[in-house]
Amino acid sequence: MSFQKSKFHHPRLPVNDLGLNYRDYEGALSTLCAGCGHDSITSAIVQACFELSLPPHQVAKMSGIGCSSKAPNYFLNKAHGFNTVHGRMPSVTTGANLANRELTYLAMSGDGDSASIGLGQFAHVVRRQLNMLYMVANNGVYGLTKGQLAATADRGMKNKVGEQSLFTDIDLCVMALQLGATFVARSFSGDKKQLVPLIKAAISHQGFAFIDIISPCVTFNNHPDSTRSYDYVHQHITTAAVTDFVPVKQEITSDCAAGICEDICLHDGSLMRIHKLQPDYETKNAMKAIVDIETHKKKGEILTGLFYLDANGEHYHEINNTTDTPLNKLTQDDLCPGSRVLSGINDSFR
Amino acid sequence: MSQPLKHDANEQYSKNCQAINNFVVRFANTNGTGSASSNNMFAKAILRMGIPVSAKNIFPSNIQGLPTWYEVRISENNFLARRGGASEIVVAMNPQSLDEDIANVASGGFLLYDSSRALTDSQFRDDISYLSIPISAICQKEYQDPRHRQLFKNVVYVGALAALLNIEFDVLKSLVADQFRGKDKLITPNIYALELGYQYANQHFTCPLSIKVERRDLVNNRIMVDGNTACGLGAVYGGATVVGWYPITPSTSVIEKFASYCARLRIDPASGKRNYALVQAEDELAAIGIAIGASWNGARSFTATSGPGISLMTEFLGLAYFAEIPLVLINVQRAGPSTGMPTRTQQSDVLTCAYASHGDTKHVLLFPKDPAECFEFSALSFDLADQLQTPVIIMSDLDLGMNDHLCNEFTWDEQQKYQLGKVLSKKQLDEVKDYGRYKDTDGDGICYRTIPGTHPDKGAFFTRGTSRNEYAGYTEKSAEYVANMDRLNKKFSTASTLVPQPEIIEGKSMAPIGLIYFGTSSHAIDESRQQLKDHGLAIDTLRIKAFPFNNQISPFIERHTNIFVIEQNRDGQMRTLLMNELTIDPAKLNAILNYDGLPITSTFIVEKVLNTLALQQKSQVS
Ligand SMILES: Cc1ncc(C[n+]2csc(CCOP(=O)(O)OP(=O)(O)O)c2C)c(N)n1
Ligand code: SF4
Ligand SMILES: [Mg+2]
Repeated sequence: MSFQKSKFHHPRLPVNDLGLNYRDYEGALSTLCAGCGHDSITSAIVQACFELSLPPHQVAKMSGIGCSSKAPNYFLNKAHGFNTVHGRMPSVTTGANLANRELTYLAMSGDGDSASIGLGQFAHVVRRQLNMLYMVANNGVYGLTKGQLAATADRGMKNKVGEQSLFTDIDLCVMALQLGATFVARSFSGDKKQLVPLIKAAISHQGFAFIDIISPCVTFNNHPDSTRSYDYVHQHITTAAVTDFVPVKQEITSDCAAGICEDICLHDGSLMRIHKLQPDYETKNAMKAIVDIETHKKKGEILTGLFYLDANGEHYHEINNTTDTPLNKLTQDDLCPGSRVLSGINDSFR
Repeated sequence: MSQPLKHDANEQYSKNCQAINNFVVRFANTNGTGSASSNNMFAKAILRMGIPVSAKNIFPSNIQGLPTWYEVRISENNFLARRGGASEIVVAMNPQSLDEDIANVASGGFLLYDSSRALTDSQFRDDISYLSIPISAICQKEYQDPRHRQLFKNVVYVGALAALLNIEFDVLKSLVADQFRGKDKLITPNIYALELGYQYANQHFTCPLSIKVERRDLVNNRIMVDGNTACGLGAVYGGATVVGWYPITPSTSVIEKFASYCARLRIDPASGKRNYALVQAEDELAAIGIAIGASWNGARSFTATSGPGISLMTEFLGLAYFAEIPLVLINVQRAGPSTGMPTRTQQSDVLTCAYASHGDTKHVLLFPKDPAECFEFSALSFDLADQLQTPVIIMSDLDLGMNDHLCNEFTWDEQQKYQLGKVLSKKQLDEVKDYGRYKDTDGDGICYRTIPGTHPDKGAFFTRGTSRNEYAGYTEKSAEYVANMDRLNKKFSTASTLVPQPEIIEGKSMAPIGLIYFGTSSHAIDESRQQLKDHGLAIDTLRIKAFPFNNQISPFIERHTNIFVIEQNRDGQMRTLLMNELTIDPAKLNAILNYDGLPITSTFIVEKVLNTLALQQKSQVS
């Protein structure tokens, strides 16, 4: 079910560079359970897009199947969206992106969608360096099919009906790092201060950006035995660095002591300012990021923040040497070689 | 070296086959020995002498070491299906299959073999002639490089065949020049190898044999090419820009050809950048997902696969059907799963493709008969997919895809414009009052779509599978679901008016027998018609070119008392589809089913027709 929100809004709502207000970035009313982490992600996306002044219709919202994959319906009403099939969003997004390199691709997936049925597609879209933002709402369970354990569930964790996760968990950030993603972060749906700048930076990033977002399922995975409940996450979260996102043209205002601050210039000229909470934290070493993630996990902590950023990596179209005009805008004149060429080709078969 | 022969061709059999421009040459080789290009040169030489010819590869699912055959049929009558039966001349280069190959020589025919290795007594038949040439020994003597010693064997026997069968040597020379254009150093050694064979044959046998070719002017402007090349090229002409694919025999070369033509024809002249994107995906699920994503986003896109890939793609085919996304899928059919028979041909995905996926789904299928139609249908399928906003599946097969076929040249009408279907521009969106993605404004079941990024405020929608109302909103209301399903049915009826019409051939007086056929079975039809005529039987024919079925098909069935549905699968899938989709009397539909993995022959068809008629008569009498 989805309900449309009333179009009425207060005339004095603040507007962005495009003259659009926050509500112009909203979608249909959510039908997810009240308190579902996915709804917080939705509002973080709305805020990020509003603050970035993204033209909404220049965004394509992509998703697979699951509660999390429904989320695109609840943001950016003026953007086209595609609720594809379970686990296959990465391939559809690949095709869409190949067809039009100019749109911004915002993709939502779940841990079931990406770490189980879609693990192969996840791995390969990372390898392909598709220019997109890939978000996984990680709740450790399959929400939409009523609470079965997901492959991201920590080993030993029990779901609501008491079934224990017996096998090694899959960490999608570690996989993304290993497979060469150029932007890798983890965040928590309940921490908007961290999540919004990460989403903004990830959208500005030219290349494959991945954010794993811990997003508690209040209905099936918010019990005391869970390692994805709000309480558990609040108690065990640890942040390597706080990030600010500074758009192009805007002055850097946040003060930061030398040595614990790092500015990374993104492709479009905007800046990612990283306030390091841990002194040895660095964002240019994927192998070290993997070690950090695993070390904290062993201690029972969930490490969040930006793990890795390579602002200069090549994305698919650069690797493919695709023409600058989006392929879907090429005309018959550009594409069809015509009858003269064909008669030469015919001769080669005589 | 050469042993005393019991029977030499020079003994001049009174029983020797006599044939001019009408016989079959069968080459027996070992996979991976480089025989393909010289065998192909042989077939092309016949073609360049103006004589119709067809060639079939019969090869294993293997890269090296197993037996392969190449069967060339030379036919002045333009009978270009596989003839079947034994061959007038067999070139036996593979010791492994030698016994079988000897058995495959027609009585009165010839065996050309490498006599560097002696035959055993049991390998001599007294009804055939032996053309013994010490091919290995010749190459051993002439060449130092072991690779050359192997490769040039193939060229030597082609040279010998030229002398034996009266092929003009200059034609071969020009073929070599064409083949090695740009690698000129290879021309002289190849011609030398041809000469070695040519001279040996002239010195040792009476040339030409009693079977031979003579120059004619019967090829006209036809070309000889395989269907996969044609499909790949058709996709270039049809404007495909995005391709996702996963390798599988026999479809792989569709993509390889598309890629190589794109590398030549689709580079932006100003920037040197590519006007296309081709992704070798992780599997067929991703391959079709890529095509769907691109089509959704307004680019022409396709994928190509074969049976196992079709199985993997079915979930997505359902999504594309319900979400109404244009999609072109080229299915080069083969025989069944896993390995072994998969390098053999079949038409056994008809039902799977017609109804692929879950829920009520049906898909547009096109059945090309030859490479010219592969080209035409491949280009056309992008128009159809865009116009109908649904998957269009081209049903090729291994025989069509991987064998060279003589066919009409490819044509492209410069007036022909891409039909992009109902896609709203920004301006149109500004004008339209009450836009609904799934509203049937025109009453043909086809609605107006919008491409992401078109308009800042209007036309955006959330694409999903089954559950949506006319405005693309989520719904679980039964009435809305039913209305949508009925509209999709209406769209499918519209499709039957847009797809290629059947080809019907009927005589002046009504024949009692009607043959219905499609795809590569077409090649055996003219010959079957001739043979049945020789048996005093007149036939009418209908070639199905597409599904959904055009409205001429039912009347054709009604007009004839006896219908034969000819197909290359075990279960009579097209017959089932006809029964399922049309209101006809199923008892009228006799099945002629060839499913041995080899292209169907007229002999097979005629025999089945005659047997069925005999049985019918018997049951009437008793
Ligand atoms: C091919 C296929 N298999 C199974 C399903 C059923 N199914 C729907 S959603 C889902 C799991 C979703 O889990 P996740 O991606 O974690 O999303 P969440 O609901 O937890 O946000 C499953 C198994 C399906 N839709 N398609
Ligand atoms: S079931 Fe869980 S994941 Fe799904 S909407 Fe409810 S809280 Fe969210
Ligand atoms: Mg989940």
